[in-house]
Amino acid sequence: MPDAAGTVEGAVARSAAPGSKRLKDYLTVVGGLVWKDLAAELRSRELLGAMLVFALLVILIFNFALELEVATRKAITSGVLWTTFAFAGTLGLNRSMGMERERGCLDALLLAPVDRSAIYFGKALANLIFLLLVAIIVLPVYSALYGVSLFNAGLVVVIVLGVVGYVAVGTLLSAMSVQTRTRDILLPILLFPVVLPVLVAAVKASNGFLQGWELTEIMPWINLLLVYDVIFVAVSFMSFEYIVQE
Amino acid sequence: MIEVQGLVKAFGLKAVLRGLNFRVEEGEFVALLGPNGAGKTTFIRILACLSRPSSGEVVIDGLHLPDEAGAIRRRLGVVAHQSLLYGDLTAEENLRFFARLYGLGRVEPRIADVLGIVGLTAARRELVRTFSRGMQQRLSIARALLHDPNLLLFDEPFTGLDQDASAMLDGLLSEIASQGRTVVMTSHDLERAARLASRVDILSKGKIAATVGGPALNPGALPELYRSVTHA
Repeated sequence: MPDAAGTVEGAVARSAAPGSKRLKDYLTVVGGLVWKDLAAELRSRELLGAMLVFALLVILIFNFALELEVATRKAITSGVLWTTFAFAGTLGLNRSMGMERERGCLDALLLAPVDRSAIYFGKALANLIFLLLVAIIVLPVYSALYGVSLFNAGLVVVIVLGVVGYVAVGTLLSAMSVQTRTRDILLPILLFPVVLPVLVAAVKASNGFLQGWELTEIMPWINLLLVYDVIFVAVSFMSFEYIVQE
Repeated sequence: MIEVQGLVKAFGLKAVLRGLNFRVEEGEFVALLGPNGAGKTTFIRILACLSRPSSGEVVIDGLHLPDEAGAIRRRLGVVAHQSLLYGDLTAEENLRFFARLYGLGRVEPRIADVLGIVGLTAARRELVRTFSRGMQQRLSIARALLHDPNLLLFDEPFTGLDQDASAMLDGLLSEIASQGRTVVMTSHDLERAARLASRVDILSKGKIAATVGGPALNPGALPELYRSVTHA
């Protein structure tokens, strides 16, 4: 038998711990989930591999299909980029939650005496890392293929804000769709209408930075992204428990 | 101790459990038998706080479901027919991850303990996806024992196991039961259930239709009773 620190009594004692201890335990669970997803991905390379191949194929197809002048290329860059992120993102979200479904792992997470929102934040953070990694790799490739410089601090801010909003909703909806038989089809059908404001705002703001608009013209789109992120992180935090409850 | 009164679980219009009453004393080993669709897995999922009852009362160690589900989860370990393990992590990494979820301290000695109990110490650094079904099931038991729960729920743990793996699991279950833990196990295997459990309940049409325990629990007579109850 283990000692008190490793037993139910030890764990119960910790549940009655003060706020700072509870926050530490909460963050430990979130960190544990992120570590688990990264460690599993490092071994299998299924999720990042699929997202990256898909993203690179999309920008390659657009490159050959459009064959545009340099100026026109600049104008369509933000649209192509966000289309790439959105479709590659659904692949990643489906795979990430699919991994929890294999061998009943989602049940294993739900069996643990942890706040359901910690499970949500752990999964969302891991998804955020994966999608940002895809963006980090895709941007220089896109720059090289299209001859458009994407090394712009404003664009980086827009990508981070857009990806946060996309992942916040996507993680919640993938937890819902993964429990259905038509999960591969259902996720994009559910996700794209809800995430449309993020995509529109992200495309407009990205375009603004790339075309050299005034900041006053770009700020409404940045504000929309910020508001969307806050609202959907809050909604997902509150509703995740009900989504995963049978 | 588990006490269930008038438990109903319906999926849409279809009621799977229909006013089920069930009681297990501390340290008892109860085997729950029943045909496919009788509601065994649904019942185990409710006890495991994975599914909410439609109505009725479920009390585990004096704690009420679903209001006190968090405290109940700390007291129970679950082994299902799926392993509930991550294939791309090693045995040790899986246990370390779940120890973190359960907020356990001094994790490494505990992981070594449970791996020793299930006989997987030598395979601790191997990826779970390379494990045989039997090894996965043993690791699943290690995961369930990690936080030293006093109630263990087994949902058809012998599904897909070969004869050797089943024999090993038999031994593990007997050892777990001898430690004074309360065990509820669903199974289709009448002979094994009669041999391992101190009491057998037969679930039919969403209710406990028969209960046999103590000296009356005769492996030879159980098939006849099972047939008469489930075909009634």
